Amino acid sequence: MSTTLNVVTSQAYKYGFVTDIEADSVAPGLSEDVIRFISAKKGEPDWLLEFRLKAYRHWLTMAEPEWAKVEYPKPDFQKIVYYSAPKPKKPQYASLDEVDPELRRTFEKLGVPIHEQEALAGVAVDVVFDSVSVTTTYREKLAAVGIIFCSFSEAVKSHPDLVKKYLGSVVPSSDNFYAALNSAVFTDGSFVFIPKGVACPMDLSTYFRINNKESGQFERTLIIAEEGASVSYLEGCTAPQFDTNQLHAAVVELVALDDASIKYSTVQNWYAGDKDGKGGIFNFVTKRGLCKGKRSHISWTQVETGSAITWKYPSCVLLGDDSIGEFYSVALTNHKQQADTGTKMIHIGRNTKSTIVSKGISAGDSSNSYRGLVKVQPKAEGARNFSQCDSMLIGQSSSASTFPYIEVQNRSARVEHEATTSKIGEEQLLYFQQRGIPAEEAISMIINGFCKDVFRELPMEFAVEATKLLSLKLEGSVG
Amino acid sequence: MLSIKNLTASINGTPVLKGIDLEIKAGEIHAIMGPNGSGKSTLGKVLVGHPAYEVTGGEVLYEGRNLFEMAADERARAGLFMGFQHPIEVPGVSNAAFLRLAYNKKAEADGRDELDPLEFDDFIHEKIKLVAMREEFLDRSLNEGFSGGEKKRNEILQMAVLEPKLAILDELDSGLDIDALRVLGEAVNRLQRPDRALLIITHFPRILETIQPQFVHVLSGGRILKSAGKELATELEDRGYDWVLEEAAAGGAR
Ligand SMILES: Nc1ncnc2c1ncn2[C@@H]1O[C@H](COP(=O)(O)OP(=O)(O)OP(=O)(O)O)[C@@H](O)[C@H]1O
Ligand SMILES: [Mg+2]
Repeated sequence: MSTTLNVVTSQAYKYGFVTDIEADSVAPGLSEDVIRFISAKKGEPDWLLEFRLKAYRHWLTMAEPEWAKVEYPKPDFQKIVYYSAPKPKKPQYASLDEVDPELRRTFEKLGVPIHEQEALAGVAVDVVFDSVSVTTTYREKLAAVGIIFCSFSEAVKSHPDLVKKYLGSVVPSSDNFYAALNSAVFTDGSFVFIPKGVACPMDLSTYFRINNKESGQFERTLIIAEEGASVSYLEGCTAPQFDTNQLHAAVVELVALDDASIKYSTVQNWYAGDKDGKGGIFNFVTKRGLCKGKRSHISWTQVETGSAITWKYPSCVLLGDDSIGEFYSVALTNHKQQADTGTKMIHIGRNTKSTIVSKGISAGDSSNSYRGLVKVQPKAEGARNFSQCDSMLIGQSSSASTFPYIEVQNRSARVEHEATTSKIGEEQLLYFQQRGIPAEEAISMIINGFCKDVFRELPMEFAVEATKLLSLKLEGSVG
Repeated sequence: MLSIKNLTASINGTPVLKGIDLEIKAGEIHAIMGPNGSGKSTLGKVLVGHPAYEVTGGEVLYEGRNLFEMAADERARAGLFMGFQHPIEVPGVSNAAFLRLAYNKKAEADGRDELDPLEFDDFIHEKIKLVAMREEFLDRSLNEGFSGGEKKRNEILQMAVLEPKLAILDELDSGLDIDALRVLGEAVNRLQRPDRALLIITHFPRILETIQPQFVHVLSGGRILKSAGKELATELEDRGYDWVLEEAAAGGAR
């Protein structure tokens, strides 16, 4: 059986191609000068340059974290290019038609043709391409209800007070090694502001794309939902195949005020390296949501299928009384991929609730770890958490680990943790085949069944995409 | 329909089947009985292509084709079915979705039209009546949390959906209450046609009163020691297996 499974699970990356757009880059390496260059290039105010420099100086004192269950050659930070921007043929794009045709072809190959984005019901796309937003759609429509959805750089220019107020308020620039690095050198990202009482009329979506060889990607996302506001935000990405490891260290901050709700969904499919683990993206991400207000609600849903190394713990700080944090995750690893991912739920306010549903799938020689912290602080009277962590192994040489950390400092709190490990074994596979269902469809059906509790949290189109993606990652031509 | 010649097979290097000969023709019903661990389930699993078992010798022709040159799913689509002794649970996969996919794979192979979810809904409602299954079982995860008897009922539902040419039913009767045994036995009978055949593996003659075999075989130690008509089943119930083993030993010594 293991042969069948290996063939089934060894399909090559389907999105391997590189767009040829002349980049406007700074020489590799990191120094205060490089940071000043980035800041100047972007015409930033002094306070932001100060924010960067402070982060950089702190970063210099920090060491890379070693506690995760991942092994990789440490990146050489002096070899990374910290700024590269595609040269626009014209300074501004009045419409999508003016976007670089080369770039549009890239999106078509990705199955995200920009010209169809407009037709895509209810989805606005903010395209981040090699660190600079090329075009933003639907902005006017959203602006009519007071929503701001734009690139981070633009937000710095048009809404500096909002950015200044919230930037670093959830993830301080000194939070961890990679967050500090990001705070020093981030080039662009997305900014969302939903004003008081407004329910965002459509899902907001960003397709990330790593494109330039050796260019580090340092995205910065900030989403703010004021009192009673709500928004669903989608992040999806895929990357071209290439041969050197590429570092990605994004920071995402979410802030939800009283009665606000933010739903953040990710489908991640970066290049994971070849069968022997060569190449592939290093993904060190800090994602955190602050449930600042009473009855606020933040929900993370992620489908992680790519990257050579994944280090990612979307978390919720439940500060407001009766606030709710959720984390739904599918992490799939294959070949030599390593993922150490999970969440942190920090209960501070009274009657705060959190739910964690994590599904890890490991195939090939991969290693897949869930690492989760549930912390109930002394004042979190009546806090409740439920965690469900399931692992599925495919084949003989993959591994799965679960590291749940529970710290409870309030006696009225209730924390429940359940964990299971199962295997797509030959018995399950034979059962499907005995009913006439070929092995690869069987695997796909079993996996989708396993992930059902997470997929049903995804917006419809995303759920379809995620289902396809998992099949793509695990299917291949059988025998 | 099925012709087994001197079949030997082993698991993890241990021989389990040690030379099986068996002929099954269209329209026939065969029963296999035998002590625990004698290789009955193994024979079924080898025939449907369980990857853990290694075929070490012999030959099996199914409708004239070399069975071992067909993949497990191909055998199924060619009309070979096994109702398992211990059906496996598959969390999150709905019973209805599984049944429909299985049906459509077979339909596709037979060149018939596939059924969309609505058409399948009508189709499956007729089938669940046949096995007297409650509708809610369609929406549940495949076999997950099903009782032993419910799992067996689900196996026969799958058989009714796929209408196999040759069905191997491994201990359908174990775990079934008296009514269920009768209902499922009759369902199996109703599915039997002159161009189909059945291989019933059982420990008890009771089921053979409903599903009446023309042939009963005793399998022991990986060999078929005795074959006779259906009266053999009751004789075994009365006398146990020892006399068959002794008779075979004597025959072997002669
Ligand atoms: N995976 C396995 N590893 C080792 N031995 C096995 C394995 N599977 C089956 N066997 C052995 O093969 C022999 C035949 O088993 P099999 O399940 O075919 O018996 P059976 O006749 O169906 O018995 P029962 O009446 O109890 O169902 C037994 O001795 C069993 O222990
Ligand atoms: Mg058995």
